[in-house]
Amino acid sequence: MKIAMTSKGKDLEAEVDTRFGRCVYFLIVDPDTMEFEAMENESASASGGAGPQAAQAISKKGVDVLITGNVGPNAYQALEASGIKVLTGSNGMIKDMIQKFKSGELDEAGGANVGSHAGMGGRR
Amino acid sequence: MKISVASGKGGTGKTTISVNLALSIDNATLIDCDVEEPNCHLFFKEPMEKVKNIGIPIPVFDLDKCDRCGKCAEFCQYNAIAVIKDKLLFFEELCHGCGGCMIICPQDAITETEHTLGVIEKGGTHDMELYHGLLNIGEPFGVPIIKAVKDLAPPNKEAIFDSPPGTACPAVEAMSDSDFVILVTEPTPFGLHDLKLAVDVVKRIGTPFGVVVNRGGIGDDRVDRFCENENIPLLATIPNDLKIARLYSKGIPIVEGIPEYKQVFVGIYEDIKKIVKNKDTETKEVQ
Repeated sequence: MKIAMTSKGKDLEAEVDTRFGRCVYFLIVDPDTMEFEAMENESASASGGAGPQAAQAISKKGVDVLITGNVGPNAYQALEASGIKVLTGSNGMIKDMIQKFKSGELDEAGGANVGSHAGMGGRR
Repeated sequence: MKISVASGKGGTGKTTISVNLALSIDNATLIDCDVEEPNCHLFFKEPMEKVKNIGIPIPVFDLDKCDRCGKCAEFCQYNAIAVIKDKLLFFEELCHGCGGCMIICPQDAITETEHTLGVIEKGGTHDMELYHGLLNIGEPFGVPIIKAVKDLAPPNKEAIFDSPPGTACPAVEAMSDSDFVILVTEPTPFGLHDLKLAVDVVKRIGTPFGVVVNRGGIGDDRVDRFCENENIPLLATIPNDLKIARLYSKGIPIVEGIPEYKQVFVGIYEDIKKIVKNKDTETKEVQ
């Protein structure tokens, strides 16, 4: 099994990035062996449509489960099409979240849990 | 001659200047380019009448012909198309209508249909035509309507373009192709801050420009000093006058309520003509 985690850093000690489409890195983790690969999120600076683009990228990696903080409506639609299971509401350290996932403490999202553009932050 | 009236800051008086300037020039056309919130028409009694719908072409996918190769999704700069496994998703609100996906599709699976963004309406007076664009609620992208409403300015006649506030795409589109840009500001720290942003933009567009200070007497003299230091022509200062505010609140143009003001606006127009003429002569000398 492959899990994609939205992350602020490149290793398992890093903090979960609560944004999906505009997260800094994806950590692709095998929860059984805890082997992982860090992948830069090229959609982070997209002018629009970051969510669907990020969904396509992790789908190409053959991911089964996504663990993140928030997912917007367009991203959710794309993730649903990809068949990736979406678990939202995560924050804290990556490795702690994987433990929670293994013990079945993370809930599956039934839809988008934030509106469009939630990951774009306030005005600079 | 085409004159755009712009400002960095909202609420400085772009519409006030645009409407009164248009009414002070014989046979001018007034084009309200603030398609998200047009308001020039509030100063005219006649109701606006619809001229035409404005839309952009958006793709229609023939899913039988489409083999999900994903080239369209890869091409789309706005991420409006996603191809995931055997599914093709189209996010209409992200589409800018460039038509690139249709050209790039190897299977000829894409045709186009029109997506309506809004309308153009006409109004004004017997000797001053007014056009404005109106973006439909929920549409994020007004530039195509701004382009379309600008096109209605008759050639070889004087046209005033009332621009939307800010310095982003809609304002840049409204200011582009003009012979002159009037930047309206108020003499406050906010006014000066946003005036500087607008000056940067107009300099890059390369159009000659000048400043009109509205509500003169409030705030301080930093806008005047800025214009002096930067050699920016200060075209006029409209005072912060309760009589003007009262007229405004009733939807009466200043030049109708206080006819003496017509001189101020005619003065602005004459100054602009001189600046544009000098600029043309300079350009010819360089060539």
